[in-house]
Amino acid sequence: MAAVMQHAPIYEGTRIPSPAPTLLEVPEALGESEDILTVNFGPNHPSTHGVLRLVVELHGERVVGLRAVIGYLHTGFEKTIEQKTYWKAITYPARIDYLSFQANELVFVLAIEKLLEIDVPPKAQWMRTCLLELNRLHSHLVWLGTTGLELGAISMFWYTFRERDAILDLFEMLAGVRMHTRYFQAGGLADDIPPGFAEECRRFADRMPAAVDEYEAMLDRNQIFLERTKGIGLLSADDAIALGQSGPMLRASGADWDLRRDDPYLVYDQLDFNVPVYPGGDVYDRYRVHMDEMRESVRIIHQCLDGMPEGPWIADDRKVVLPPRDELHTSMESLIHHFKLVTEGYRVPEGEVYVAIESPRGEMGCYLVSDGGAKPWRVKFRAPSFVALQAGPTMIQGSLIADMIAIAASLDTVMGEVDR
Amino acid sequence: MSQTINQPWWIDLPKAFLIVNLVLLLFAYLTWTERKLLARMQLRYGPNRVGPFGLLQPIADLVKLIRKESFLPLTGVDLLIVMAPVVAGFTALASFSVIPWGPIWTIGDYHITGWVTDVSIGVILIFALGSLGIYGFIVGGWASDSKYSLLGSMRTCAQMVSYEVSLALAVLGVVIMSGSLSLVDIAVKQQETIWFAGPQFVGLLVFFVAGVAETNRPPFDLPEAESELVAGYHTEYGGMRWGLFQTAEYINMITLSGLMVTLFFGGWGGPGLPGPLWFLIKLAAVIFAFMWIRATLPRLRYDQLMRFGWKVLLPVATLNALVTAIIVVAVD
Repeated sequence: MAAVMQHAPIYEGTRIPSPAPTLLEVPEALGESEDILTVNFGPNHPSTHGVLRLVVELHGERVVGLRAVIGYLHTGFEKTIEQKTYWKAITYPARIDYLSFQANELVFVLAIEKLLEIDVPPKAQWMRTCLLELNRLHSHLVWLGTTGLELGAISMFWYTFRERDAILDLFEMLAGVRMHTRYFQAGGLADDIPPGFAEECRRFADRMPAAVDEYEAMLDRNQIFLERTKGIGLLSADDAIALGQSGPMLRASGADWDLRRDDPYLVYDQLDFNVPVYPGGDVYDRYRVHMDEMRESVRIIHQCLDGMPEGPWIADDRKVVLPPRDELHTSMESLIHHFKLVTEGYRVPEGEVYVAIESPRGEMGCYLVSDGGAKPWRVKFRAPSFVALQAGPTMIQGSLIADMIAIAASLDTVMGEVDR
Repeated sequence: MSQTINQPWWIDLPKAFLIVNLVLLLFAYLTWTERKLLARMQLRYGPNRVGPFGLLQPIADLVKLIRKESFLPLTGVDLLIVMAPVVAGFTALASFSVIPWGPIWTIGDYHITGWVTDVSIGVILIFALGSLGIYGFIVGGWASDSKYSLLGSMRTCAQMVSYEVSLALAVLGVVIMSGSLSLVDIAVKQQETIWFAGPQFVGLLVFFVAGVAETNRPPFDLPEAESELVAGYHTEYGGMRWGLFQTAEYINMITLSGLMVTLFFGGWGGPGLPGPLWFLIKLAAVIFAFMWIRATLPRLRYDQLMRFGWKVLLPVATLNALVTAIIVVAVD
């Protein structure tokens, strides 16, 4: 269970609007007056991070009513995955969230592996951890840049994208594409780690802390930024837990909960890292959590590069993993396996499983049901953005328009993940 | 001016023509400079496709804007929508008529002044024209019949009214010191004694901050806060009508910078170079500060803006004017 930090309460009791936490209704006393202006923010608006639509009732500049309309980016990923073999479906989870693609890919792969009960070689495990942290950096950098943009600090966007591009260069080196790499697959990695990756990655990791310092110097010493973020969008630990929050949202509210430490997967139990927790529950503390997590991610990347063992990058299980290319010309057995895997895919034993990892946005879960065939019978993703969005009305109520934008940015939602 | 000026009567016309076009050219290349500067501060290249270093970009922009369809919102008030940018653009341009660019040149028996007109209430005239220009922004937003525009207009109204008070009070110190409301007199007085940026340093700071707010520049760009109100009062504008609003805003910035140079940095005065060149150099330095701020600072919130204007800037400006007045009286 999440350990709630002992500190002075952010506010008394609960602020979750009733009857539904996702709806903020105009108080009846105000509803009668003609001073209420209903404004439609989105789905096409400069600051909605995609296609979030907010129907906002304003009293002057103050938000008194709020209704979020989602579904504009619904693509039916889960249903599509059920039409594909596991082998081919791995590309889909990455596209649900275009910022934490590797985390999403991993959670699906982990679910398949849990059903297959396949042993993944240590090199793949360490590499996955390293990539996951790079992916966390990537996602946090985009978050920081866009949040800066929402607050009017436009230059932040380009500074963070400089580092983000370096990360994408690393991904390109690995997989040939910059996003949606599909570098993970059941049993390990899609390919061996290319020579030179470790050096490039280390060079980047050496440079990154200085970049984080630079961002902090630009924002933390800026009185306007502090006034725009401190004490804005309050969410107490109890409310955060009641609303099912996870990830930075929860940790910024003072609840100490991180799946990497509390329910370790991959090799997180062998790594030394801190989980940043801040008690304020406001936009500023969410910013602090993101910044500290970036520093911790750099530490983890260093440890992964140091601890990366030698050996195979993928399990040697011919029923799941493609045979080496050169064997196809000499071994009949390999040719048959290759043919069966590519045309039909591997079969996954009957059963159901839920796997959750700490994605950059919080608990990313994958619920997978297999009927023993080559295609998943049911896939369901627990998307942290979707849950974070539900805490919106609790935090936004009574704030000004400008704060609403800042709070919505601090939720770190990716609409692709919300709508799926 | 104490000196009698023997200026041919027709010279005002070409001079006005020259200055209006100079200001318009300055505006066009200000957009280019701003984009280039911002780009350099943000690890980008900025415009570099049209002409060498993208120098023809402003002309390409102009052609694009003029060729665009000029639509009108269905529920808007057409006449006001068309007139609003014109009012904003005209007042912005007109206020440049009293800002002096150079000294008096003598050609034979004739004098040619480095300003279009020297009215004895130049400072007040500029503020009056600025206040009229606000109508353009407010009416344009209201007539568009869009909620974003309306909110933007409301913000413009509140912001400009609040900050104009501080702006005017910040100038009061300078006026007391020079003993004149004529911009030419103020500039000449500084060239004879000392730039008012020194003794009026507090006034300069207040004037600069209030000026940034008055011209809707970041971090006070609330009327058109992109992440909140899409484009504020000109959300429903397009084509050259939108272009006119932009023109007005940029020219307001030039005017304010010119006013600042005249009031605090000795106008056209300076060693060696000719007056207008000095004026332009000082103008460029002030405008650079405007752009630099834009690249650095986040936007304020509405209530913070109001609080800052009324509770910080206004008392400081008032105190500055009072202290200046007391010192001036004591010295006399």
